Amino acid sequence: MNSASNWQAFRAVMRRDLMVVMRRRSDILNPLLFILMVVSLFPLAVGPGPDILGRIAAGVIWVAALLSALLGSERLFRDDFLDGSLEQLTLLPQPLALLAAAKVVVHWLLSGLPLVILAPLCALLLKLPLQAWPTLVATLVVGTPILSAVTAIGAALTVSLGRGGALLSLLLLPLFIPLLIFASGAVEASLVGTAAWPQVLLLGGLSLLTLLLAPFAVAAAIRVSVN
Amino acid sequence: MAFESWQAFIEMGGYGFYVWLAFGISFAAIAVLVINGFGARVKLQREFIKQQQRQQRLAQRKKEVS
Amino acid sequence: MWRWLHPYAKPETVYHLLGRWLPWVAGTATLMLAAGMVWGLAFAPADYQQGDSYRIIFVHVPTAMLSMSLYVGLALSALIGRVWQLKMADWALSAIAPVGLTFTFISLVTGAIWGKPMWGTWWEWDARLTSQLILLFLYIGVLALYHAFSDNRSGAKAAGILAMVGVINIPIIRYSVEWWNTLHQGSTLTVFERPPMANSMLVPLLVSILGFSLLAASLIFQRMRNEILRQELRRPWVKQELAELATQQPAMKEQS
Repeated sequence: MNSASNWQAFRAVMRRDLMVVMRRRSDILNPLLFILMVVSLFPLAVGPGPDILGRIAAGVIWVAALLSALLGSERLFRDDFLDGSLEQLTLLPQPLALLAAAKVVVHWLLSGLPLVILAPLCALLLKLPLQAWPTLVATLVVGTPILSAVTAIGAALTVSLGRGGALLSLLLLPLFIPLLIFASGAVEASLVGTAAWPQVLLLGGLSLLTLLLAPFAVAAAIRVSVN
Repeated sequence: MAFESWQAFIEMGGYGFYVWLAFGISFAAIAVLVINGFGARVKLQREFIKQQQRQQRLAQRKKEVS
Repeated sequence: MWRWLHPYAKPETVYHLLGRWLPWVAGTATLMLAAGMVWGLAFAPADYQQGDSYRIIFVHVPTAMLSMSLYVGLALSALIGRVWQLKMADWALSAIAPVGLTFTFISLVTGAIWGKPMWGTWWEWDARLTSQLILLFLYIGVLALYHAFSDNRSGAKAAGILAMVGVINIPIIRYSVEWWNTLHQGSTLTVFERPPMANSMLVPLLVSILGFSLLAASLIFQRMRNEILRQELRRPWVKQELAELATQQPAMKEQS
């Protein structure tokens, strides 16, 4: 149980989860397509004028990100819970919080990172002025880890319930509201030409705090659900 | 006393609707909570009595059979 | 200290203790609330800016304050339940949550009603109202999660974790005024400064704050007692207790 074996376990969980997802690629693609769909629905709904679209762009992209995080949350623990491997994880000598962190990282790699890459395309579709693009990408880079970590808490809490969908969004969306406010506030700030870095830094702080604490909450939630 | 008459008290200087609406909703919500608490207790008692009666009937049935 | 505290972790002792306190707490709460409401509504002078509409403050501020402290209480009992594995703390959680939800609801609704004459709109997306709305959602989430589990014990544990996660939002709620700085007025009561409020308004406000706190306590006691009975239904002392109550109310026997 030295630190090397902790690290090995962390990497093993990550590799396994990545491998499981790679066998079903549609799971990665679908949330991204979902975001693209939502983003392209908005111009149809509110009209294609650049002044409206540019102002709501960041908010729309972020709301789409929240919803797609919820959409993809099932695969975090559901299959592992059903086939019993989640219970095996709790029996390992390594701290469960560490393994939970590995799962959070994988979730981020598969949903947060593609979102960051996709963001410029969404910004283009929504006619976000060019000066706000770096800020949007920055908020997504700092903010999506919060999304993955908090989603993991909710997913672990509801994994044993079977019909978690609506309940999960009820639990998680309130926790995302500060994230949404700061992220769209930052983009708004750069749109009107003031400094956006205070909000981005604040988001970064929240992100670090969440990443530090969330694995323990996820671990506790897994233990409750597995019992 | 901040008001000269009952009429003035009800009117609340023109804000009567808002003030009484706020107080009404608040105390209605609290009343719901209180009644709900008492209701839960009554329900528990009823369940208990039903259970007891069932047990009594079972015991009687057993006596009759034996 | 633990030896002294230990008997109080027994459900039966707690049940009877709460039963002994309940009439006193509830009685004082009723008196204080009646005093605070009558004083606030009829005797406190009208505000020179807001006229008589400010009288909503006598329900709005106490419930808003309590809605936050009850959430902290919820998270604290969740923490105690987690660390010391006390069943009692789990039950306290399920007793506090509905009370906190109701108080949050009241503070939101009274805030909205107060906003109509003052800001000219029922709902303003300002920091305080918004964070209170988030608090309402948090309460709903905790309660929904608690009731989603068929087994109360895991329900309480899961809801407890959610409450502890959500309590991180409390400081954001507290300091949201400074962060977003919109049209809502600043906090009316502060601990360190003397509030800029006349004594003739402040004293009835303090009376109603105390009244609402005692009301919250008595509601929690009532729910906690119910919860203890529900969870310990198979124990002999509960059967005895319920049998005694049943003989006191013979009308109920005929009904069922």
